Parts: sequence; structure tokens; C-alpha cells
Amino acid sequence: MSGEAKKAPYRVPIGPNHPALKEPVMFTFEMEGEVVKDVDFAPGQAHRGIEWMGMRRNPVQIVHLTDRICGICGVVHSLSFSLAVEQIAGIEVPERADYIRAIVHEFERIQSHLLWAGVAAHELGFDSLLHLTWRVREEAMDVIENLTGNRVNYGIVQVGGVRRDIVPEQHPVIEKCLATYEGLLDTLLSFFLDDRTIQMRCRDVGVLSRRDALELCTVGPTARASGVNVDLRQDYPYAAYGDLDVKAILPERHLGETHGDVYDRIVVRLLEVGQSCQIIRQCLSEMPAGPVTAEEKLVKLLATCKKATGEGIGRVEAPRGECLHYVRMEGKDSPASWKVKASSYSNLMSWIPMLRGSQIADIPIIVASIDPCLSCTDRVAIVQDNRRSILSKDDLHRLSVEKTRRLQG
Amino acid sequence: MKLNALFNRSLWVYHFNSGSCNGCEIEIVATLTPRYDPERFGIKLVGSPRHADVMLVTGPVVHRMKDRLLRVYQQIPDPKLVMCIGACGISGGVFYDSYNLDGPVDEVIPVDVYVPGCPPRPEAIIHGVVKALEKLERLEGVKA
Repeated sequence: MSGEAKKAPYRVPIGPNHPALKEPVMFTFEMEGEVVKDVDFAPGQAHRGIEWMGMRRNPVQIVHLTDRICGICGVVHSLSFSLAVEQIAGIEVPERADYIRAIVHEFERIQSHLLWAGVAAHELGFDSLLHLTWRVREEAMDVIENLTGNRVNYGIVQVGGVRRDIVPEQHPVIEKCLATYEGLLDTLLSFFLDDRTIQMRCRDVGVLSRRDALELCTVGPTARASGVNVDLRQDYPYAAYGDLDVKAILPERHLGETHGDVYDRIVVRLLEVGQSCQIIRQCLSEMPAGPVTAEEKLVKLLATCKKATGEGIGRVEAPRGECLHYVRMEGKDSPASWKVKASSYSNLMSWIPMLRGSQIADIPIIVASIDPCLSCTDRVAIVQDNRRSILSKDDLHRLSVEKTRRLQG
Repeated sequence: MKLNALFNRSLWVYHFNSGSCNGCEIEIVATLTPRYDPERFGIKLVGSPRHADVMLVTGPVVHRMKDRLLRVYQQIPDPKLVMCIGACGISGGVFYDSYNLDGPVDEVIPVDVYVPGCPPRPEAIIHGVVKALEKLERLEGVKA
């Protein structure tokens, strides 16, 4: 702040590097006293040009690149990319592979939601809870390592199936982990939901109305916490979810009411941990025998992909919401076009109604409450040099009308 | 290794994300949480570069972060150490041919310890911190 006296509203920049932010993003808050009047943000600080690189590699190589779009939800990106390529090349994925994909996918959801719960506790200043949740999260990491060989960036999904089978010796390991979580869930729920401090800090903070959630195309737990009944596993089942009974977790089904606040987002995510445990258990018991990949020889797989022409879309319910990959192949090694829409991309806009009118102290928990993942989101380098770069629907409409008039002369 | 001489001061680390995929970030936080618990040796994550002894850099240094990386590096008081965590900071990793990279990290700031892996395991990160610690003591002229 410079020496000259400034009148309200003050402009408070936060980021791109700030202790409260785990990832680079630039916020500009307009403050009046303690209250946020307006907010603007500039993502794009972690743009690596992954799609550009992908269009220079073949599908087998891209799967490893998709793992590294995001370190937390790696399997989501590789799965939805593989779904898109399989759709184009007409590759039939063996049923067992679908179940293994679902199991790893759900373990990822468990670790991601626990990770988020810890970060949320940290943002509230409740560090002992951060350490507790991260300690129990290690159980899921151990199982993920046991199943895939890696703790992070699993590299288990490949075009046409999965790279590793789940052998009978691994069942007790998974079973033990699930039993631990099912036993812990009530404790975790009471830690997070009955705690007076968390209730005071999260109830009716960062409210996103159902209408706003729908208008801003919010996805995943953020949308469900506002009462929007969306879950790709229920609405458009992929992998093994068609055989499983998945119902979207909504706060009113468990609390009897929906506030659309930070508290509801905690409820939804924690209950989803329990739901994931049930799904994994069901997958394990119903998993059919058979091969885990449609084509074991990578050279043959590449040849199939090379011949393929057409477009495909892979949609997956990531821990943060819907993740979409669009791929177009034109009979060449590498795809002619590849577009990734990560879940956080749809959710970022919901920050603006949530943050408006909130207090400066609530900024960290509100920002964290949508579980933002900026490394997923920063697909396009956005050049933003003035405040007008974030446009409301009305602004866009006005601009569009103006342009039409201009073009008409 | 003589614990007393080497751990004569606690080591505070500052984490800088230069466009990473988050994999290294969560492994760094996992390193700091109870299973590995390096806080018993006084190693902890601090929010300000001015409090830090060691800077952990993750990510391949995307174009927009280069200037910030330099500025944050200059804000850390001497003697300081830089640890480069993850394959993409060391060589670009899977992002080697991207158009938006100004890295790897050692082309922007001097790096003392490299921790390879995509992402490295928490044990590897702790091993790197121990290496950094030895180097810091050497710089300060403390005999191990």
C-alpha cells in the first residue's frame, strides 16, 4: 500500500503466491471495511500447454501426460481421455477392466475428499484436524500404492483397459482399508459436523444458491451441496457404474435441508467417502473374471488408434465434478484436436457470488470450499490486464449485441 | 551422522509452486503430516519467504512464474538453499517440449538439492531435506 490515504473500497490483491493459496492464482478483492464488495480472479498462472503437447504425441504417450494434468485427480483425466479414444477407435474394454477402473477411481475420491477435509480444517485454523485427516488419508494412499504401484500419478489406466489386475491376495488389503474408513466415518463426521467452531465458521458462509449453481454450470460436490441433483455416475454411467447403484449425495437427504454453504459442502464430501467405500465393496464382490486389457501389445494398440477417425467425448465424475475430454482423430499418430475441461473450470465462477458480501477472514475457507484445482484448470493462458475481463452473462450478451450491430454496419 | 551437531537449528521451508501438477505439493504436505512428522526435528512449512532457510520449488517454471520465482528467491535471507522437487523441475519431465516453459528450475535460480521422482515419495523428500541440512551446516562452518 502506498503512503497516500485511500478511501474505501480498498483493493486487496492476494496471490499469485500466497500462504493461503496452495496453487498460483491471482485474486483482487475490493473491500469496504471487512466486507468483500467485489472480487476478480486471474487463473492461468500454471499453464503448461498440455493440450498443445498432446497434439504432438500418440494416445499411448498422452495417457501419461493426462496423469500429470493434475496430481490429485490423475486417474480421472486418464480415464476420460481413454474413454474418448476407445469411443473413436471402437475398442471394447473388458468388463473386469471397467471394475478395476471404478475401484481405483473411488479410492482416488476417498483420498481426494480426505485431503480436502484436511485443507478445509487448516483454512479454519484447526490444524490438529488437518493432521488427523491426513494421517487417516495415508491408509488410502497405501492401498492405492498396493494396487497401482504409485502413490500419486498412478498410471494404471491405459487405452483399452488397465495396466494391472487386482489379484485375490490384494482383496484383504482393500477390505481392511475399507473397514478402517467405515469405522472412522462416524468419528470424522462428528469431528467436522458437531464441532461448534466449525459450525460457526461454516454455517451460512459462502452461500451458493441453487439458482446460481445452475446458472453458473457448477458441477460435483459444490453443485450437490447447493441442492442440484447431478452426478455423472448416476446420470450418465461409465466404466462399471451402470451395474452399480449410485445415488447422488444431497444435503437434504441427510440433514433435511439445504443451505448451499460451506458446511453443506463438508457434509457432501464426507458422506461421499462412505459412499465410495460401499461402491468399492460392491465392485470387489461383483467383479467378473477375464482379461484386464483389450490389447496387450502396445504396438498393435497404437496401430488401431492410428487408423481411427472421428470424434469422441469422455466424461467422468471427478472428485470435484464432471471432467470432460474431447478428442478428434484424423487417421494420424496424434489427435487432431484435444480439449480438456476440468471440473474446477466449471466451479471457479461460483467463487464470485460466494465471496461477495463475505468477510475477509472467510476468504480462505470459501476459496477452498469448492476444492479448486488450478493445475487442472489452467488450460488456456488468459491475458487479463483490466477488471473487465470477467464478464457476466448480461455483459456478454450486451457485447454480443454490440458486435452484431457493428457487423451489420 | 551426529544428530546434535547437525540439528543445532531447525530448518524452515518455504514452498513455491511454479506451475506444478499438484502431485509434488500433496507429497510435500503428506511429508509434513503425522506419518512422517519431520516437525519433531523443527522442520516446518512457513508462509513467508523471509522466514525460510530452504525453498522447495516444484513445477517446470511456466512463463508467468519465472519473474515471481526470482523475486521470491531474492526475498529469502542468506544463507539459503534451494531444493528442486520433482522430475519436471529438474528436466522439464513430461512437459519437456512445452512452449510455455522458462525452466528447468536451475536455469532460473541456483539449485542445491535435486529430488527426482514424479512425484518423489515423502521418504525421498525427507532424504533431500537431510542433504540440504548437511549442506547448510557446511556453509555455516559448523562441524558435523
